[in-house]
Amino acid sequence: MFEFLIRPGSFDLFLNIGIIILKIAVVIGVVMLHVAYATYFERKVIGHIQVRMGPMEVGPHGILQPIADMLKLFFKEDIIPEKADKPVFYFAPIISLMAALSSLAVIPFFDGFVIADINIGLLFILALSSLGSYGLILSGWSSDSKYSFLGGLRSSAQVISYEIAMGMSLVGVMIMAGSLNLTEIVKAQAAYPTGMYAIPQFLGFFVFIIAAIAETNRSPFDLPECESELVAGYFVEYSGMRFALFYAAEYIGMIIMGSLAVTCFLGGWTIPAFITAVLPFLKYVPGIVWFALKLYVIIFFYYWIRATLPRYRYDQLMAIGWKVLIPLSLLNIVITGIIKIMVD
Amino acid sequence: MLEFFFGYLSLVIIIFSLLVVLSKNAIHSVLYMLVMFFHVAGIYLLLQAEFLAAVQIIVYAGAILVLFLFAIMLLNLREELSAEQLTDGWPASLAVVAGLLLTLMLSLGGFTTTFNGSWSPEKIKEITFTKALGQALYTGYILPFEVASIILLVAIVGAIVLAKRRLN
Amino acid sequence: MNFTDIHTLMPEIVMAVLALAVLLSELVIRRKETVGLLAIVSVAVTAYFIPTSFGTVFNGMFISDGYSVFFKFIFFTCLILTVLISSRYLEIERSSHGEYYALLMFATLGMMLMASAGDLIVLYLGLELMALSLYVLTGFIRHEYRSNEASLKYFLLGAFSSAILLYGIMMIYAQTGTTDINTISSVLTEKKATVSLLLSVIFLLVAFSFKIALAPFHMWTPDVYEGAPTSITAFMSVGPKAAGFAVLGRVFLVGLYPLQINWIPLLIGLSILTMAVGNILAIQQRSVKRMLAYSSIAHAGYAVIGIIAGGNEGVSAMMNYLLIYMFMNIGAFSILILMRSEDFLGESLDDFKGLAKTHPLTAGLMLLFMFSLTGIPPTAGFIGKFYLFKAAVGAGYTWLAIVTVIFSAISAYFYLRVVIYMYMHEPEGEAVSLSGSPSLGLALLISALLVLFIGIYPSPFISFARIVTG
Repeated sequence: MFEFLIRPGSFDLFLNIGIIILKIAVVIGVVMLHVAYATYFERKVIGHIQVRMGPMEVGPHGILQPIADMLKLFFKEDIIPEKADKPVFYFAPIISLMAALSSLAVIPFFDGFVIADINIGLLFILALSSLGSYGLILSGWSSDSKYSFLGGLRSSAQVISYEIAMGMSLVGVMIMAGSLNLTEIVKAQAAYPTGMYAIPQFLGFFVFIIAAIAETNRSPFDLPECESELVAGYFVEYSGMRFALFYAAEYIGMIIMGSLAVTCFLGGWTIPAFITAVLPFLKYVPGIVWFALKLYVIIFFYYWIRATLPRYRYDQLMAIGWKVLIPLSLLNIVITGIIKIMVD
Repeated sequence: MLEFFFGYLSLVIIIFSLLVVLSKNAIHSVLYMLVMFFHVAGIYLLLQAEFLAAVQIIVYAGAILVLFLFAIMLLNLREELSAEQLTDGWPASLAVVAGLLLTLMLSLGGFTTTFNGSWSPEKIKEITFTKALGQALYTGYILPFEVASIILLVAIVGAIVLAKRRLN
Repeated sequence: MNFTDIHTLMPEIVMAVLALAVLLSELVIRRKETVGLLAIVSVAVTAYFIPTSFGTVFNGMFISDGYSVFFKFIFFTCLILTVLISSRYLEIERSSHGEYYALLMFATLGMMLMASAGDLIVLYLGLELMALSLYVLTGFIRHEYRSNEASLKYFLLGAFSSAILLYGIMMIYAQTGTTDINTISSVLTEKKATVSLLLSVIFLLVAFSFKIALAPFHMWTPDVYEGAPTSITAFMSVGPKAAGFAVLGRVFLVGLYPLQINWIPLLIGLSILTMAVGNILAIQQRSVKRMLAYSSIAHAGYAVIGIIAGGNEGVSAMMNYLLIYMFMNIGAFSILILMRSEDFLGESLDDFKGLAKTHPLTAGLMLLFMFSLTGIPPTAGFIGKFYLFKAAVGAGYTWLAIVTVIFSAISAYFYLRVVIYMYMHEPEGEAVSLSGSPSLGLALLISALLVLFIGIYPSPFISFARIVTG
């Protein structure tokens, strides 16, 4: 059974495994750091939009605030409701975090750097994002509280509805690139005249951005949490570290959705050829910089919306999903398909 | 190596399928089923059918099972949780399952590994599974594919009709 | 498939498109009878494409031959008659939604695919399309407990039988490496009849028996037929049953023909048991609707004899029988619908007391349909049974023909009891008020005329069925 371990060439295998583990460690470490500072970034952005300063106390301009928050959450008491379904209660935040973290495996951050370069990368992310809803639903149910239960119910309906729109908005990209592999999608974009699919696929991009906000339960679609009605929705009974896991999962989810938007619509780590033709020195900027820049533009957009728009009513949210976004994405698929056939 | 993975996946599938049926708590059943679906997706991966594996998770785990959860959460199942036995019909179910198993065991000898179609494993490997599936579905199998879409439409129409208001 | 072969699929494509159009038209059309009229027009348009449709496409996955065309003719007539008897009835039941007609058309599309299926996958999908539409139609009177229960029972048992069918298809595929019915046949001729092959045949047989309600897989039928809207019961007992026979014939007489020696005894056993259960249990029924449900089980038992006899003669006898059964059965159900009014169910045997005095024409028509169901000349029912017996005797199953005659004689008891209640009893209480409508009258006229016409002058239909199977 294990004879493959002592075969010649098994050293390469160990080396490969070692490299993969190293890559995973690097990606998770970097992303976790980004998560921590994404919260800081958010508070600062929203603060300045509302003409406040945001966190200022810990360190210069509050730069150490996320670290202080982490320490606080880590040492907080972990309270579990007496009537909670304990095993499910324990597992729910872990499912959320796992689903979010695993998606990182297929995202190409720059040329050649991807943990698992699989053929169906796009489907893999869709599959895992659909699993994320389990964390929400189960935490809502297992807490044995009306607020979290309502939050769980809302999230299951919301996530299923918007997943359809999101998946279908990406079909246009799949048709244009002819592949489900994210690296190949980026390369196909670089070879395309506009350099990014956001321009020909503007409909798909529009639907994707809205659906991504709903999928990550961000304002104005944060009905599952909804502080003013449901206190905090599905995770109202969670405290301390378990609460932090949900929090981290939400921000990782944002990074994943942002990265997906960058790779599928904004050209990933590349910049459009017509820009480098005018400003050739930009070619020497490493790809990861472009990637991070584009990602942070999208994340800033998330914060901007949160600071600007009021929350939707639940039936409005469902109506937009089913009656506007899904028909729009279907239209996008039909148009893209027709154009593809005509061009070929 | 393949045998080892296949053994692991099948063992987990069998154990968790049993847990799904035997668990009294419906939510736990759904969770066991989730684990089971993942391992079924693993079997597809072993067969190099990566598209089916992803779709298995997106459709079954991501949509159907979430709907299960939704329905179970809306029902109040407190009484069923304390019931000694959910149904009286379990010996019959056991007999049916045993019968099916026996049939399968008896038939195993007659199973053939040859096929009478145009898609050989080598050909599929050559153009990758997802592409092969797409080509087969949209050329030779377009008729069943379209019929399946009409079936889904009828299901939607039916669900809406059954939820309609009564006429006066 | 080349685009030039599209004519073969044209009836199905037209049917699907028009069903969608009917579904959408419900949005703008207020009067639901108009939607029904559209459905009838759609059938006429679809039928126009049938004569040019002969051929085989998708590597034998879809076959349009005389056999399938004959069955499609049955489905179309069944759909038209059902629409005609439905419109007034749905208003009485306060369930006059336009989707009813679209679902009927989708069910018919499924049956057309079943009749034309040359591949087990298409067969299964056609069957599911038909069944799914029927589950919804069975529960169409949403506010009625009976209808809901029937729908749920039908759904659960239908899903169960579909699972058995899939299991059977899987086993056949595992042993022959194909789902194409013709290829299965050629692979099987070179194989020995092993235990595993016989088991897969049994799975397929059980699944089909569920669908056409052969005993002992008939348990769902009485409850579902009784609970469903009467118009749907009429539809279900004819169209989907004929579709079930179409696939039974195609799969067993083509795909599994090499194993004929092995499945014939099973089918004979099922047939005799079905006739026994259907006819004997029908005697106890006080509800005419339920009695007709058992009678429908019994008639499936007769029709199976055509497949047992096999060959040109047997198959054409079976097809003719299904055609004749359609007219007499829908006729009988039309009378039931005629009896139903706002606050009167009109299903019990007692409701028929003295009908001949109050409504002689209705009673006369019911008499005709009951005679035909019993098989008394000069009605069509006699012709249908006669050719079945002839086929059975010709194939060497004389004893089976005799058994069938005995059960037919038993059936006379409960069919003619209705006649006795109508003609020999005095009316009780208030006179029954009928809820007639022009379309229902038309359906009754068509059924009655054809029952008489085929009974007196059957040769055009007989020769038509022989030509298409030949």
